[in-house]
This record gives sequence, C-alpha cells and structure tokens, in this order.
Amino acid sequence: MERSIFELWGHGKSREELYTSLKKYPMEKMVPYLQADSTYKIQIHTFNKTLTQEEKVHRIDALEFLPFEGKVNLKKPQHIFFILEDYGLDPNRIPESPHNIYFGRWIADGQRELIESYSVKKRHYIGNTSMDAGLSFIMANHGKVKENDIVFDPFVGTGGLLIASAHFGAYVCGTDIDYNTVHGLGKASRKNQKWRGPDENIRANLRQYGLEKYYLDVLVSDASTPSWRKGTYFDAIITDPPYGIRESTRRTGSQKEIAKGIEKCPESHVPVSLSYHLSEMFFDLLNFAAETLVLGGRLVYWLPVYTPEYTEEMVPWHPCLQLMSNCEQKLSTHTARRLITMEKVKTFENRDQYSHLLSDQILPYQGHNSFREKYFSGVTKRIMPRKKSPTRSEN
Amino acid sequence: MKLLTHNLLSSHVRGVGPRGFPLRLQASEVRVNPVEFNPDFVARMIPKVEWSALLEAAETLHLTEVPSAPAEGYERDEEFLRKMHHVLLEVDVLEGTLQCPESGRLFPISRGIPNMLLNDEETET
Repeated sequence: MERSIFELWGHGKSREELYTSLKKYPMEKMVPYLQADSTYKIQIHTFNKTLTQEEKVHRIDALEFLPFEGKVNLKKPQHIFFILEDYGLDPNRIPESPHNIYFGRWIADGQRELIESYSVKKRHYIGNTSMDAGLSFIMANHGKVKENDIVFDPFVGTGGLLIASAHFGAYVCGTDIDYNTVHGLGKASRKNQKWRGPDENIRANLRQYGLEKYYLDVLVSDASTPSWRKGTYFDAIITDPPYGIRESTRRTGSQKEIAKGIEKCPESHVPVSLSYHLSEMFFDLLNFAAETLVLGGRLVYWLPVYTPEYTEEMVPWHPCLQLMSNCEQKLSTHTARRLITMEKVKTFENRDQYSHLLSDQILPYQGHNSFREKYFSGVTKRIMPRKKSPTRSEN
Repeated sequence: MKLLTHNLLSSHVRGVGPRGFPLRLQASEVRVNPVEFNPDFVARMIPKVEWSALLEAAETLHLTEVPSAPAEGYERDEEFLRKMHHVLLEVDVLEGTLQCPESGRLFPISRGIPNMLLNDEETET
C-alpha cells in the first residue's frame, strides 16, 4: 500500500536537472493549480537526511521561477506541492547532494495509519485466528465496501473483519457456529489471560473504535443452514472460513437427545460436530452469497490451498458469481491461502437449480478435504517418524 | 437483537420453507439504545423491510408510533425516517425467544444474541 501519491512535475539527479525538467512541464497542466484566487504551500521532504530550516527555505525559494500566482497558506492550502530529495538508503553514508530530486503536486496519502490504529495488539477482543488489521482492510476494499452498505460475515469469530467494513461506514452483522466466541465467553486467546472479561465481545471491539453505531447484530448460527429469509440484502459478504487447522471445521449433526433450545449453557451449544468437508463449505458459501447478495454485491473470502497440487480449476465457481481476483498469501512452504473476490452478476433463481454444482466441483477439490492432514504432514515428517494422523476424526 | 435483524430471520427447520417466516417474537428483556440517526441508511433499508412482520414484532414489544406503511416520498420525510430508525435500530431484545410459526420450535435470545442452531433432523436438506 502506497504512502502518498504525487503528480510528478519534474525530476532530476541534481537541482539544475530538476529545474530544466520543470521548465519543460506543460504550462497548461500547471496553470489550474497556480491560479491567483487559490492558496498553496510548498513542502520539502528529505529521505535519509535532515535539513536545517534555512536549507529548506533556500530550496523552496529557488523555485520562484515557477508561475505561482496564488497566495501561500500554510494551514489549509488548496494545493500542496512537495520537493522530495532522495539521499539513498544508507544512514551511515549520507551524500552531500541528493541522488534524485522530485517536484510534484500532492494528491493523496495511503492509509497506512489505519493499520497501526486498528492493530490487533491493541484490540480488546481477539481470538486465535483474528485477522491481521492490514489484511482486513484489504478485504473490505476488495468488497468495495462503502457507506450505508450492509456487510455480513458468516464465520464472524471475534468480529475482526467487521471492524474494517464499519470503518468505511457499513453496517455490519455476523454469525458463527461457536456460542462462546459470539458471546465472548470461554478461554482467552491473549497470552497471560485465562478467561475472557465481560468487555470482550464483538460489540465491544466496535465500541473501542467508536464504530458501535454500525453494529447490527451477531447470531449463533450454522453457516451451512443459514436462517435468513429469501431475498437480497447484503452488499458484501466478507469472511475467513475455518480451514480446519486452528479452529475446527464443524457443522451441527444428529444426536439422540433433542437439544433444549431455551436452556442456558456455559458450554458451546453445538450438539454434535460433524466433519464438514471443506469443499461443501465453499459450495454452501458461494450458494449463500449468490442468493443473498444484491446484484453487483461482492463475496470476499480466503481459500486454503495445498500449493503443490493447486490449480486454478480448484477455485469454487457459481453461475451467478464472477471471479474478480485471486491473490496468494504463502502460509508455509507447501500451503497458502488465496484471497478470492467474486461479484454477483446474475439473479439467483432457486436453490434446487444449483444442487449439481457440488458434485461437479467436489472431485478436483479432494485435496481441500484433507487440507488439515496435508498441512500437518509437512510438519510431522520433519519432526518425528511417520505417526498416525491425529485428524482421523475430522475426516 | 434489533428489529431490522428480526425482519430478515426465518426458521430453517426441515420442511418448513417460506412458512418459517416471520419468527414469532417473545421478549422478557428489552433495551432501547440510542443510535446515531443516519437517514440515508434508513432510507436504503425501507424497500427491504417486510412490513407486516415488522408491525407484528413492534406490537409484541408494545411500541407506539410505528408507521403502518412506507410514506410516499419517504426518502425525504425526516419524521418518517426517524420513526423507522427508532423501530429498526434502537430497540434491542436482550432476552426472549423466536418461535418458528410452523413447527413451534423455539430459538432462544440471550444477551441480545439469538441462537439459531438446529439438529440434523430439523434442518432442511
């Protein structure tokens, strides 16, 4: 992510070269920003060197030959111009003269400060798999999240992804199958902390950043059997589904006793955990997105892959969703995850129409069902002799 | 749980289909949370609302001043939007139940969070 964007007006390896270059810059491109009724200021920024105030002023004054007609306003100018001087990368060998000098009009700053202010380290409520703050903003960007959108996360966990969307002015909601996580109960993920405090839940996370007004609701729910009525009401679905490694992949299953719905229980409410094959989960996710997204709405999610076997055909597809991007992030030497962005381009007809999709896609997908095994196989091979896999119950 | 959310929820007990909507609300603890009024957001939500379900829920909670239908030109009707804002976003059911109108199955709401989990026998195939 860039720090700042400038419109370059001139460049040189010395001051003389810079001035020559500036004099060649088309006048008609300069004039709109130099008008008599406008305000401006010129700043100077040096990389790897500190200049005295006198030196700075000297350099700015040297640009007098430029046809600035407006008034200088140091507080709130309409236009800001920068002289950028590059003194290299070695702080122990700072040259007398810069390697490069640039002059340009400032356009925008990248929002890197967002990453620091939303850092997970400072967040009140975190889980074992809380998303890195920078990545959650990238996901919201991919989802084209904007003010007054409704954004949903079906695997909401501790709500990290919701924060980024709320920051962009979207109203957020989420579901998770884990009762304790949604309620903010149970063992803490933070080192040196045993149990979660009363302050630790998804709503509290939003409150911490002044974004509580964007909190709609969270629910305990199984993403494979969603509880939403027929209709299109989500502008974006942004999520990080479980890969089955740190957080287990679960789904409610049958059991002998019938769950007493209104009983309060400090433990998780999931009656029985079935193994939930990853490929089915992605099929459910795409189908759900195709049905509940508005036309033009986006689905953004992470897809875990076993790199030696990955091919593009493995990326789940759906006739109503168009693949917009597919970016890799390495997790280990043989595993990675891919950030998939899809856009809804076609109206969803009815649920039965798409039931064949699962069988069409499940064969090339087999690798994903044993993603957990593959993830660990690399580790166990290095550490100890071939042992029975601990994940038998998952498969 | 806000009434906007309630308006989007449906029971997915097996065999129930669209008759699983709307869920019958029963509340033992309700809180009113002031939320900053955003007319643009409220206006966006109006077309998505199932009005009779909303009125039913509002009545259960004894809410007054609930518009019975979207007013003509509602996007610019601040009074209407403020009332809708209150009903949809500021009333929070903390404790209660949601009941499937077809099967009678109860889903509990605790600490403002509904629990929609079902057993395998109860889910749609």
